Amino acid sequence: MKTYEKSAGFFPSFERKSGPAKDATHYCPGCGHGNVHKMIAEALEDMGLIGRSVFVSPVGCSVFGYYYFNCGNFQAAHGRAPAVATAVKRTNPDSIVISYQGDGDLAAIGTAETIHAANRGENICVFFVNNAIYGMTGGQMAPTTMLGQRSTTTPQGRIETLHGNPIRMAEMLATLPAPTYIERVAIGDSKHIMKARKAIRKALKIQAEGKGYSFVEIVSACPTGWKMDPVHARDWLIEDMLKVFPLGVYKDESESRDEGSWNRRCDPYEPARVNEYLDRLKSTLGESAPVALEHDLHCKFAGFGGQGILTLGLLLSQIGMRAGQHVSWFPAYGPEMRGGTANCSVNVCRGRIGTPLVDKPNVLVVMNQPSLDAFAGEVVDGGTIIVDTTIVEGRPDAKRLRPVLIPATGIADEVGTAKIANVVVLGALVAATGCFPREFCEDTLRAAIKKRSLVDMNIDAFGRGYEFVKNAR
Amino acid sequence: MARQFMKGNDAIVVGALAAGCRAYYGYPITPASEIAHAAALHFPALGGVFIQAESEVAAMNMVYGSAGMGVRTMTASSSPGFSLKQEGLSYCAGAELPCVVVNIVRGGPGLGNIAPEQADYFQITKGGGHGNYRLITLAPNGAQEMCDLTMLAFDLADKYRNPACIMADGITGQMMEVVEIPTAKAARWDHSSWAVTGTPDTAGNLVSSITLEPEKLEEHNLKLDAKYKRIEADEVLFEKYKVDDADLVVVAYGVVSRIVYSAVDQARAEGLKVGLLRPITVWPFPTQAIIDLCGTAKAFLAVELSTGQMVEDVRLAVEGRRPVHFYGRCGGMVPGGDELLAEFRRVMSGGAR
Repeated sequence: MKTYEKSAGFFPSFERKSGPAKDATHYCPGCGHGNVHKMIAEALEDMGLIGRSVFVSPVGCSVFGYYYFNCGNFQAAHGRAPAVATAVKRTNPDSIVISYQGDGDLAAIGTAETIHAANRGENICVFFVNNAIYGMTGGQMAPTTMLGQRSTTTPQGRIETLHGNPIRMAEMLATLPAPTYIERVAIGDSKHIMKARKAIRKALKIQAEGKGYSFVEIVSACPTGWKMDPVHARDWLIEDMLKVFPLGVYKDESESRDEGSWNRRCDPYEPARVNEYLDRLKSTLGESAPVALEHDLHCKFAGFGGQGILTLGLLLSQIGMRAGQHVSWFPAYGPEMRGGTANCSVNVCRGRIGTPLVDKPNVLVVMNQPSLDAFAGEVVDGGTIIVDTTIVEGRPDAKRLRPVLIPATGIADEVGTAKIANVVVLGALVAATGCFPREFCEDTLRAAIKKRSLVDMNIDAFGRGYEFVKNAR
Repeated sequence: MARQFMKGNDAIVVGALAAGCRAYYGYPITPASEIAHAAALHFPALGGVFIQAESEVAAMNMVYGSAGMGVRTMTASSSPGFSLKQEGLSYCAGAELPCVVVNIVRGGPGLGNIAPEQADYFQITKGGGHGNYRLITLAPNGAQEMCDLTMLAFDLADKYRNPACIMADGITGQMMEVVEIPTAKAARWDHSSWAVTGTPDTAGNLVSSITLEPEKLEEHNLKLDAKYKRIEADEVLFEKYKVDDADLVVVAYGVVSRIVYSAVDQARAEGLKVGLLRPITVWPFPTQAIIDLCGTAKAFLAVELSTGQMVEDVRLAVEGRRPVHFYGRCGGMVPGGDELLAEFRRVMSGGAR
């Protein structure tokens, strides 16, 4: 190890830093960041990782991490470094990603990002510099500020009943199953520092080996924020802080986990592969020559959730699409759909469809009484209204409308299941409106119904609905 | 001809895949959740990334991460979630990162409801986060456009290194229409000059939005401003429907424009000369198109699902040359064709409401 040479993990000169001193960091005397930076830079260099490393700087005193580290750099929003690091690692699993954060960033505003990146076991290294204070913003209370400790926002000292207790992140995260390695170290005396150096290297090795998430908490001094000289700051850290933040390994599964057990991948974009995939999404109804439509259909289908109202609309839409007409389907969506009254709007038109909402239907299907009450008045004069008389007791205005009264659920029972009443209604609708030929509709149904075993039953149901209307005329 | 009958929300994901999007980050919210459902199905199947993030904030910052690597990436949400994404959008704009963010607008303010609205117009077109920035914002009015404009959004985002948004609504997201399945774009983008990819060739790059020195930050802001002026000059999209001889020009976008098509046809059948100008890009706004119409139109009418937001941009364009009227519904109420027709008649006869 070359003790007196700047690591190649650092830029030879800090050109991104403003001002004249391009060979010094911006950190205060006695601050721990300088030590931690040096350990990381040397580790990346020694381990041959620098070329594929991405360093994510937080908000706080280390916001300018990108001044120093001779690798790809991201500057993240306050608290969000683990989310950014997650995406970087998932986008290029071969990269070595460091989320470098202070206590305000990691344990206050970024608590959610911290916990969830750990809980997902992201293959990243989180280096957490805990100095019990907000440095950059002027010495405010941090989540890790000690009881009794004065800060600019706790001028009387931190009080448990007012401000809560200092948070122990290493202990909290160690309760999660996913993390591989969690240790708390310190920038205190030389023995502490050697341990910190080892922990940082261990975390990077775990990531390089594809073994998952590491979290190294580094208890560190902030002489400026604590209003102490560097020597007193170091002593206070060792004497007082380490009582509240005990050093040690809180979790280590690096030996029991296999290399490469974290094996996410993100393949490069290949248009041919996407095209092949998208091709599988296309309609399986099969091509058909255009089938003429005499009158535009503006339909509303309404009933109870579970009666297949939305499916009824979809089946008619698919028939219309295969016929080469313009089609739109719109459901009443949201909580009212979960078991309550369901309705949807379907347009099948020869030209461009304006509004997808059908507020004045020329075809209305009602499969329960509330739907008849709610929508019968909206049907245009002379419009068709199809009523499932098995379920609906009321009858529509036969003077103004063209009623089609069909015991659809009863017929469906005879076919084999009440669930198929919607297809009985579809047959009745096709017969009553004469929109498309029966055979064309049946062919479309055969293609549209995914479960082959149900095709015959559906064709039977459709046919009975169709015949019922034809025979009634 | 490869077609499929699909939801607008699903069409967004199809468009994203065909545009070469590789990473999707999302959080559940009605009525945008189908976008995440489709992404969860398709992205991993194509070797891409899908993460259900812990929050909208995290999802947007994950987008920042992938975008900073020069990879096409996106997230989608609905109004309350879109509000939470403003931090990340401001950072993406500041760091000049291309990405696509979808807002399926719902009723507000606060938790509001899940019904359609357009009241996020101010937020999305004027910059809902902090600082001087703009979002390229496309407003589809049907399932096909949900797909096509998503593809376009990725191209514009890359072209200008800026976030691009899709502003739709619950109806456009939930409705199904026939969509032509697009052909995947031939890959032709190289971001190695600025992206941080975790490889030695980009190790000298930096993704950041911090500029400490005032003179340098002013320079950066002016550079962004020049970019936004270029977008305003070159990227405006709109549709005209029967406006050439129209006495009344209705300005409406998204789902409302669909209702206006029908109402315009009804009005024409009655001999009323009404037309529609539909902004497809709501930012940049089709200001010049409106100025041009001031020569022939006697009046303008903005129709929106809000208490009046886009109408301000119409007024700014018209600059007092013609009267600008407004008709809006909100809270999830959607005007019917007859309702709009009555409004056309009222405006054209100079009647009071």
